[in-house]
Amino acid sequence: MMKFRFRRQGADPQREKLKQELFAFHKTVEHGFPNQPSALAFDPELRIMAIGTRSGAVKIYGAPGVEFTGLHRDAATVTQMHFLPGQGRVLTLLDDDSLHLWEIVHHDGCAHLEEALHFQAPSRPGFDGASGLPSLAHITVVLLVAVGDMAALGTEGGSIFFLDVPTLTLLEGQTLGPDEVLRSVPDDYRCGKALGPVESLQGHLRDPTKILIGYSRGLLVIWNQAARCAERIFLGNQQLESVCWERSGHTVVSSHSDGSYAIWAADTGDSPTVQPTVATTPYGPFPCKAINKVLWRSCASGEHFVIFSGGMPRASYGDRHCVSVLQAETLVTLDFTSRVIDFFTVHSTRPEDEFDEPQALAVLLEEELVVLDLQTPGWPAVPAPYLAPLHSSAITCSAHVANVPAKLWARIVSAGEQQSPQPASGASSWPITGGRNLAQEPSQRGLLLTGHEDGTVRFWDASGVALRPLYKLSTAGLFQTDCEHADSLAQAAEDDWPPFRKVGCFDPYSDDPRLGVQKVALCKYTAQMVVAGTAGQVLVLELSDTPAEQAVGVASLDLLQDREGFTWKGHERLSPRLGPLPWPAGFQPRALIQCLPPAAVTAVTLHAEWGLVAFGTSHGFGLFDYLRRSPVLARCTLHPSDSLAMEGPLSRVKSLKKSLRQSFRRIRKSRASGKKRMVTGSKLQEANAQLAEQAGPQDVEVTPVQRRIEPRSADDSLSGVVRCLYFADTFLRDAAHHGPTMWAGTNSGSVFAYALEVPAAVAGGEKRPERAVEAVLGKEVQLMHRAPVVAIAVLDGRGRPLPEPYEASRDLAQAPDMQGGHAVLIASEEQFKVFTLPKVSAKTKFKLTAHEGCRVRKVALATFASVACEDYAETCLACLTNLGDVHVFSVPGLRPQVHYACIRKEDISGIASCVFTRHGQGFYLISPSEFERFSLSARNITEPLCSLDVRWPRDATRVSHRSRESPKLSQANGTPGIILAPQSRDGSPDPICKEADTLEPPEAMLSPMSIDSATSADTTLDTTGDMTVEDVKDFLGSSEESEKNLRNLSEEEARACAILIK
Amino acid sequence: MNRGHRHGAGSGCLGTMEVKSKFGAEFRRFSLERSKPGKFEEFYGLLQHVHKIPNVDVLVGYADIHGDLLPINNDDNYHKAVSTANPLLRIFIQKKEEADYSAFGTDTLIKKKNVLTNVLRPDNHRKKPHIVISLPQDFRPVSSIIDVDILPETHRRVRLYKYGTEKPLGFYIRDGASVRVTPHGLEKVPGIFISRLVPGGLAQSTGLLAVNDEVLEVNGIEVSGKSLDQVTDMMIANSRNLIITVRPANQRNNVVRNSRTSGSSGQSTDTSLPSCAPPPEPSLEPGEDDSDEEEDIVIEDSGEPRQIPRAAPSAESLQSLSQVELSFEYGQNGFIPANEVSLPPVAGGAHTEFETRAPDQKLLEEDGTVITL
Repeated sequence: MMKFRFRRQGADPQREKLKQELFAFHKTVEHGFPNQPSALAFDPELRIMAIGTRSGAVKIYGAPGVEFTGLHRDAATVTQMHFLPGQGRVLTLLDDDSLHLWEIVHHDGCAHLEEALHFQAPSRPGFDGASGLPSLAHITVVLLVAVGDMAALGTEGGSIFFLDVPTLTLLEGQTLGPDEVLRSVPDDYRCGKALGPVESLQGHLRDPTKILIGYSRGLLVIWNQAARCAERIFLGNQQLESVCWERSGHTVVSSHSDGSYAIWAADTGDSPTVQPTVATTPYGPFPCKAINKVLWRSCASGEHFVIFSGGMPRASYGDRHCVSVLQAETLVTLDFTSRVIDFFTVHSTRPEDEFDEPQALAVLLEEELVVLDLQTPGWPAVPAPYLAPLHSSAITCSAHVANVPAKLWARIVSAGEQQSPQPASGASSWPITGGRNLAQEPSQRGLLLTGHEDGTVRFWDASGVALRPLYKLSTAGLFQTDCEHADSLAQAAEDDWPPFRKVGCFDPYSDDPRLGVQKVALCKYTAQMVVAGTAGQVLVLELSDTPAEQAVGVASLDLLQDREGFTWKGHERLSPRLGPLPWPAGFQPRALIQCLPPAAVTAVTLHAEWGLVAFGTSHGFGLFDYLRRSPVLARCTLHPSDSLAMEGPLSRVKSLKKSLRQSFRRIRKSRASGKKRMVTGSKLQEANAQLAEQAGPQDVEVTPVQRRIEPRSADDSLSGVVRCLYFADTFLRDAAHHGPTMWAGTNSGSVFAYALEVPAAVAGGEKRPERAVEAVLGKEVQLMHRAPVVAIAVLDGRGRPLPEPYEASRDLAQAPDMQGGHAVLIASEEQFKVFTLPKVSAKTKFKLTAHEGCRVRKVALATFASVACEDYAETCLACLTNLGDVHVFSVPGLRPQVHYACIRKEDISGIASCVFTRHGQGFYLISPSEFERFSLSARNITEPLCSLDVRWPRDATRVSHRSRESPKLSQANGTPGIILAPQSRDGSPDPICKEADTLEPPEAMLSPMSIDSATSADTTLDTTGDMTVEDVKDFLGSSEESEKNLRNLSEEEARACAILIK
Repeated sequence: MNRGHRHGAGSGCLGTMEVKSKFGAEFRRFSLERSKPGKFEEFYGLLQHVHKIPNVDVLVGYADIHGDLLPINNDDNYHKAVSTANPLLRIFIQKKEEADYSAFGTDTLIKKKNVLTNVLRPDNHRKKPHIVISLPQDFRPVSSIIDVDILPETHRRVRLYKYGTEKPLGFYIRDGASVRVTPHGLEKVPGIFISRLVPGGLAQSTGLLAVNDEVLEVNGIEVSGKSLDQVTDMMIANSRNLIITVRPANQRNNVVRNSRTSGSSGQSTDTSLPSCAPPPEPSLEPGEDDSDEEEDIVIEDSGEPRQIPRAAPSAESLQSLSQVELSFEYGQNGFIPANEVSLPPVAGGAHTEFETRAPDQKLLEEDGTVITL
């Protein structure tokens, strides 16, 4: 009791200070491809690119490592973005007709992308059409006019408004109505018809006073805003989609809804021009879809580029997402797997240059960004150093490997280079190079492995801000899959018109769901890895620098161990291809173990030093000696009454279907009965009353959500699922002798510990040992609360986790303390417990669920280094709960240290995908294509630090116009720091900013992520994204409840902030 | 045993008390010092001695003033029997192996005759089902109302003792709205309510919980602000020693204590629950109390299951831990249960000891074998 009192009252000030030095929560950077992109912009002067999304996010990218995020207050779709060239400012148009000006500003020693101003178009409904006064409703296009810092806004009503950009105020009296334009149009063209919405506004590089206006009806006008007169008029009659004004100003290209584009001569002939010089339908003669956007780029060679999207023959290829590139006689139809959002070319924008000379074409698609090199013959794709589509096949699991040895890193990089058709020079030709990455070269290499639905494992460089793809391992080649659809694709490709070319790597269609990767483990010292899949396949692979042709040994292991009365009704096992198979350089399979029944593998672990791999399914676990290629152990974990696990996933699907069917039937029934009453009720009022009654809240309350309160019993379904496996060299049988052990934890709170007899010869290396590995059951622990065991780890005499295999023997880590008593940490979904070894007795525990009402989803042991003291570090237990909170506990004391709200409770896929690193960072999916990176460590932070040379006048008057401060807290991610080096127009650097440039970077930068590997062990315990029934249950709450939780979450956030304040 | 004694007893019960003891068909009469009855052990020995059955285990009962047959098996009820005996203490002795437990505790005068005849002629009773009610020391609490002195009358803190797995806790909870009196007037706040009791479940059998009771705390942690799923998880995590504080839907049975005025019971609907109920005792804090009864089971390679003891600080006490500890430490939680309601379980308390052991044994059967390939 006294102990309790002290703990509650006593926030030990020293400990509190230490906590602040060790822990801090930041969401630092978003890796991957923005979800649901909706707009694209490019600043040719700064060479930076902006992508807007449907959720209102603004992301700016430059050179690798230079990136930058903002979020609009309203989650409205960003429909257009326009850079103010060279100024580091971008104007965004949302679909709620509001304009927002974002700028990169200096603020408190570091810089942010901030929303400076916003402009909401005034709605004047009374004047719409009736009085002829133009209304500023429905802005269709925006053009930044170079002179006078103006923006022209084209509207659906056909009017063009002008806006003062520095203040975002409407310039009254400059508005150009369609009537004014119509006055200069011949009468026979007018025909009393309106011009329609403004479809396009184009400026001219050399003559900024002129604006090319394209109206939906087809009319093109070159308007001189200074003189307020139409200089030229082109009487197009085809519905207009987009317009491009050629660099010299002599040519205008218009694209149309019928799939044609027309070229108009702007310098010769009469005005108005009635006929275009050329009008072609490139994919005619059959009806074609609209050409949404057309670009014309001139070259010194005289062979100009015409690049357009869409225009495909409606009947045969109307569903394709295409961009066509035409230069002289060369036409390539780029065939993408997702919708084209927008595209731009990287070309010269200096007014003195005579030609555009496009270097590259960047196409933003719904799911990826593709950049083509237009200067290299054949226009090859340039591999992107960031914005990788993580979800090119759905991510099924992920794992992080920290402190990758340089040798392995180089081998993986070289394997990846051999794999991709691009030469290494590809990186240098990446055209978006704006800004400078100021972040120091990461001192240690971090590897993120993602397993995918199509049986691939992708290796990502997760050391820095830009998540770069390194290597892709495909396991599908080992198996005969059901549908060999490659043939059908080949047939489609045989047609040589249109000249399709498959571009991009987004391919969400999996050949066979059984190929899906469930668990991955990599030994970074021996370059051996295990990949385990949905159909119970466990593949041991080894990195090889040379291609090889070899057969893969297959062994199968019956995990049921002759349990009777069970039949597997799930999927069949995958049949492996027999005989020697060619394998390219990279990871090549050494052994394939097939679990029987072929249920999805739920846990896997590898010990390369002992040559052992352990794997578990919903039926049991097995241990395999892959050096001798012989099974060591199989153990069934099923409870005799657990029939659900036996039947496999199919029957569960069936039952779900059944319940769905039932609920539908119930709905239909209630509707039918409602209708019947309505028919009998003759009066309308009665019917209405009934309708109201039906829709009323009473109806909802009839079936309140209720939860049964019952302790878990031994025969709960799926109790046999193996949740974690672990190898350790520790004391299991007696306190005098330590030796290899294997631990397994199940869904019902059972832990099995085996003492292993590993022949010493294995340590020697490749020599195959004569004797077999033996396993003897040493202990069995049944946790009384029967919650699923999430992770197991053994702590040495000093309470530190044991090092990884090979780390101690190769002097890469401090040898574990074998003198003091070892302890085993068992983390279940409800509580953490530390037990002594070899005599298993409870030492410390923390009952998280009993305290907080949340359950453990992911745990990992991580090392937290202090910001204040170079050498000081603590190993702690990081834990993610089903409510999305991250808790940190001391080890082995299991005292709660800090907790932060990290993921929304409703985001079950985010919670399921979370993976911790061993130095206190983590990743989770915020969308199918994006990883959010967060750090719990105060010292080990990976965030963008970059500089950008922007120039824009910094007059004091502007500040007064600023509408409000930027939303700091509401940003989707953290606040990436950018250090600015702005230049005034006169060329002299701003003194404040100069100071900022030389300012010391934040502490996190001075003490980068280098943490002595000796102090820690890679103990990411269980990381991969499996979703449990509870996850779904968590998700299915009433909306009211979720609102409540959201409120709680925000309160939690506020509290977390309070902790952070020093 | 002789008239002299009886006269002595009749003459004002000053010194001695007459005892008439029956074992089988035999009667013995003797006298006892009323003021100094001694210990039950001694009395038991005396009975064995006078009946000349020194090595036979027997059950001792007596007829109280109502004529009910009540057991004598400890000092307390022995002293009670002696003090209430007037003028004669009538003792009935049965052999333990042929004891008829149903004879005990029947408390109607009408049945009195039957009871006695049953005892006298046990053969009559053989056909009846053998309902076994264990002796008081075998009873264990299944539920209790605790902390009545620190809680407002409108609240009730109920402790459910979940042993074994045979009997379900047997209740469901739901979301709901609760009306509270706040400084701003009546306010509707979300709350958690008991939605259903399973017939035959522990919750129903205690009679302390009812449908629509609002759940305020679970093991000392307030549920306000927590979602239904969170509260569900908390309850399940604490299911082996569940303490729920409820505001009963039926407020009519509340005990009005002297210490509180009737005015304060109106106040107890206030939201300021913590002010009424002082911070929960540390013993209620899950995880903090080291004395919770939840012990994990470990099976050593010898195959002998044992519960995992807490790590003892000294090495010598470690040795003692090799013994199986099955003691339920409900008395050691740092508070004295204030109003223990010990309901005699229908199935008989003697079985519960069995039940708690049963899972261990099952486990051993299932998992004792090791399969090595």
